[in-house]
Amino acid sequence: MAGQIFAGDFHMGHLDNGRRVNIYFTYKLEAGRYFAGIEPDQYSVQYMELPTVSSNLKKYKGKWGRDEVKHLLKRTMFGAPKADIDFFTSRSLRSTIKLLIETTDAVPSLPVNNYNDDKYTDEEILPGDTWITATKLSGMNSGRRRNSFKSWWIGLMLNQQRSVLEKMVLFWHNHFATETNTVDNPTMCYKHNVLLRQYAMGNFKEMVRAVTLDPAMLKYLNGNANTKKAPDENYGRELQELFTIGKGPGSHYTEADVKSAARVLTGFRIENKILPDVHGVFDAGRHDETDKQFSSFYNNTLIGGRKAKEGEGELDDLLAMLFAQEELSKFICRKLYRFFVYYQIDDTTEKNIIEPLAKTFRKNNYEIKPVLKQLFSSRHFFDMANRGALIKSPVDFTVGLCREFNVKFPGTNDYVNLYGLWNNIQNAAAQMQQNIGDPPNVAGWPAYYQEPQFDKIWINSDTLPKRNQFTDRMLNNGFARNDKKISIDPYLFAQSLQNPGDPDALVSESVQLLYAIDLPDQEKKYMKEGILLSGLQGMMSDHYWTDAWNKMTTRPDDNANKKDVTNKLKNLYRYLMNLPQYQLS
Amino acid sequence: MKRRKFLQQTITGVLLPSFMGGISLKALAGSPLVHSLQQRMNDDRVLVLIQLAGGNDGLNTVVPVDQYSAYLAARTNIALPEEKLLKLNGYDATALHPAMPEMQQLFNEGKLGIVQAVSYPKPNFSHFRATDIWMTAADSDKIINTGWAGRFLNDVYKGFPEDYPNTSMPDPLAIQVGSVVSSALQGPAFTMGLAISNPSSFYNLIEGKVNVDSNTRWGAQLDYIELVSRKTDQYAGVIKAAAMKVTQQSAKYPAAGKNPLADQLKIVGRLIGGGLTTKVYMVNTGSFDTHAKQTETDTSTGTHAKLLQRVSEAIGAFMDDLQLLQVQNKVMGMTFSEFGRRIKSNASGGTDHGAAAPVFYFGHSIQPGIIGTNPVIPASATVNDNLPMQTDFRSVYSSVLNNWFGLDAAAVQQVLGEQYATLPIL
Repeated sequence: MAGQIFAGDFHMGHLDNGRRVNIYFTYKLEAGRYFAGIEPDQYSVQYMELPTVSSNLKKYKGKWGRDEVKHLLKRTMFGAPKADIDFFTSRSLRSTIKLLIETTDAVPSLPVNNYNDDKYTDEEILPGDTWITATKLSGMNSGRRRNSFKSWWIGLMLNQQRSVLEKMVLFWHNHFATETNTVDNPTMCYKHNVLLRQYAMGNFKEMVRAVTLDPAMLKYLNGNANTKKAPDENYGRELQELFTIGKGPGSHYTEADVKSAARVLTGFRIENKILPDVHGVFDAGRHDETDKQFSSFYNNTLIGGRKAKEGEGELDDLLAMLFAQEELSKFICRKLYRFFVYYQIDDTTEKNIIEPLAKTFRKNNYEIKPVLKQLFSSRHFFDMANRGALIKSPVDFTVGLCREFNVKFPGTNDYVNLYGLWNNIQNAAAQMQQNIGDPPNVAGWPAYYQEPQFDKIWINSDTLPKRNQFTDRMLNNGFARNDKKISIDPYLFAQSLQNPGDPDALVSESVQLLYAIDLPDQEKKYMKEGILLSGLQGMMSDHYWTDAWNKMTTRPDDNANKKDVTNKLKNLYRYLMNLPQYQLS
Repeated sequence: MKRRKFLQQTITGVLLPSFMGGISLKALAGSPLVHSLQQRMNDDRVLVLIQLAGGNDGLNTVVPVDQYSAYLAARTNIALPEEKLLKLNGYDATALHPAMPEMQQLFNEGKLGIVQAVSYPKPNFSHFRATDIWMTAADSDKIINTGWAGRFLNDVYKGFPEDYPNTSMPDPLAIQVGSVVSSALQGPAFTMGLAISNPSSFYNLIEGKVNVDSNTRWGAQLDYIELVSRKTDQYAGVIKAAAMKVTQQSAKYPAAGKNPLADQLKIVGRLIGGGLTTKVYMVNTGSFDTHAKQTETDTSTGTHAKLLQRVSEAIGAFMDDLQLLQVQNKVMGMTFSEFGRRIKSNASGGTDHGAAAPVFYFGHSIQPGIIGTNPVIPASATVNDNLPMQTDFRSVYSSVLNNWFGLDAAAVQQVLGEQYATLPIL
């Protein structure tokens, strides 16, 4: 219970975008420091006087070393494996950013039938073949294929190229949130994901248009049921509130605007619902052909009703109207900022970062790459104040761990075990409250938008132990499917370091790789002596670790030594991953 | 309510504390009153393990005065001056290092005992392997993946950790003051111990402090995670509650930071005094790996003297604290080190890895004295000479399990794998 830790005054208030009313309470703990809690299990620490970070979007010209590469990679990819840090450290910031932004997966593999079991055999799709060509959908295969889809997606993250693409796919998934449970059609879920990939680094305006006609979205927000006889406002509302204009300070659209947008959007529906070429179409017969009036926020725009097939063109009128609002560019830039940099946007950040970034977005006709490029190359992005300032999302936490420790998965020909183990990772992230494909609702995960806690929402008394259990488990038994197993090999990881035989170097380099921010020397010394040296202290004792380490090579059959070294490494990494620092990116 | 094995044992008189309220309990042994009292006392008994990491030089800790000339000959550069050695009442042949007045006093008051020349067959000279042998109670040539205390706790507290904490055992089974829970506390599947990573984190917990630079974005995030972590730790509450019950501790503890072992034992004393029912505490201090220059020119001073001074001061303060907190009768402690050191000192004024070494045990209700005899020092010791074992270290464990915790012979054997003779330490 909250009261066991704190005592203070209750307040009730509207937080964030007006969607929710929360009861919260703040406590003045010390001068200038407040704690606020929402729900018994969620605390948020609000430092009212955290210094403003006033660095701007000008090109970063400071030090470009391993720490900077690591910071950039931890934010733009899932974890920063040593090999990737090595790769980019030998390149310039400019070429690094270029590679991260321009590299896009050639053609990702296709999700396959991994799901035949004693209760179900897919008669149409052979084991190991992709099911995206399937023409038969049933209660038996829908859930199985959706699980296959999620595993496949985790696999793409785990095997990502040196590119920001996978992080952007997750960003857009959170932005244009849909739920596979609601869509309930694996082919549509898959196609939705392909669409996010296609536009992830492309043009946002084109993306919004494509999403509007996307079958999964048409199903999820009832566009499919939005007809002139019975307009459904769901998509028309979220298109403005969540996808383009938002509910930020500069957003003043009205309820009437929601209704008008819904009428513009009448007529779109899903074609070939259960076939592989399922797609969205404009059905003129269902379209409301009357004029649509918008409020002064939209400069009293009137979208003239168009007849028959021409009716589809009203969508472009609507998009033109939405994209004429500067607030749209700011809304998207704020979201990108929160995803990649830091959750809190104060007046200084709004002025120094969001406004100029939004200007770049508009100037480039809503191309996404220039925005990312400017943000990731900026002084503000590399500002020491912003390093380690994000709490890893569950997907970042789980996938990042596998990538940073180079956890080996089975090959694609062993798809049953491979998908099963991918599923274990996906499920672990879901247990920590980020179930890809199934965010809690159309607003996405609260950690990306919910004032005032934002990413602190990921950490509570249920999820923090789960994170620790996951890291412990990956260090011990890991996960097993039949004869295949994934786990951290602490010896292999240590072996990949520069000088693992030197206990100081081993601890320091491990800390540098795994943590976004460094630890005080005293802590490192404590780990070295307490863990690697069994309590022995001082430089004079270092050689005992060196001897034991070297013996792993010279006397690989010495089981006592092997057990000793392995246990010490396990203890070291368990300790490192159980400290709060490991939660930060 | 779980049945605990050590509640089921029949009790014999020799296990009892010597005196309570002026009445010799030995005289009452066997009476129903004592029987039930013993059960209760057994139930709240605590063991404190003090690891002297690095291999303590036993021969310069407990000195065989009766062989002083052989001792001097073997250790010309580090032998302690005979006149400075601390005498032990009733044991003229044996004396303590001059840096250990507190432990001398405890011995002379009957609250500290010594087991001579403790080791095991075919001793190992690697720190890590030898430490592992002591922690797991394995034979020299066998690898065991569980710790001896972990197996003990696992046998007694069935269903840990799933069914814990519960009303009959609301507290951690074992507490390690240190970064990592010792392998001695490793159970078959889980560690049975909880680590208090360092003294400052303990006081941060008690005082509700967070310890990072909260004036930064990352620092504020860490503060938050730290808070959730404390709230989440199912034992943080009971630890804090126990600690808060104790408002005064022995003045004999040195100031914080002066003696790391004393800092650790002060925490242990506070938790026991506050009523925590944790069975086993593990603390450690080092580094006893004195290969070179273990003394100054005045051989009663220097590195090894400093190490022993800390041990003595810490144990002295801890024992005083236990009395002040009125928990003295439920605590016993013992020291151990992975090995002793060579009989003959080396040319660097130090000693190399050796074999047998003394174990100290202490408590207000132990049976004091010296178990075993002074090790025999050869007239002209060579660099390869080691002190032979007199007592297997597992006999010490066996005695603790049997006589202190009240496990019967079969249960002790289950923990230790074999039967070992018990020693009259209680």
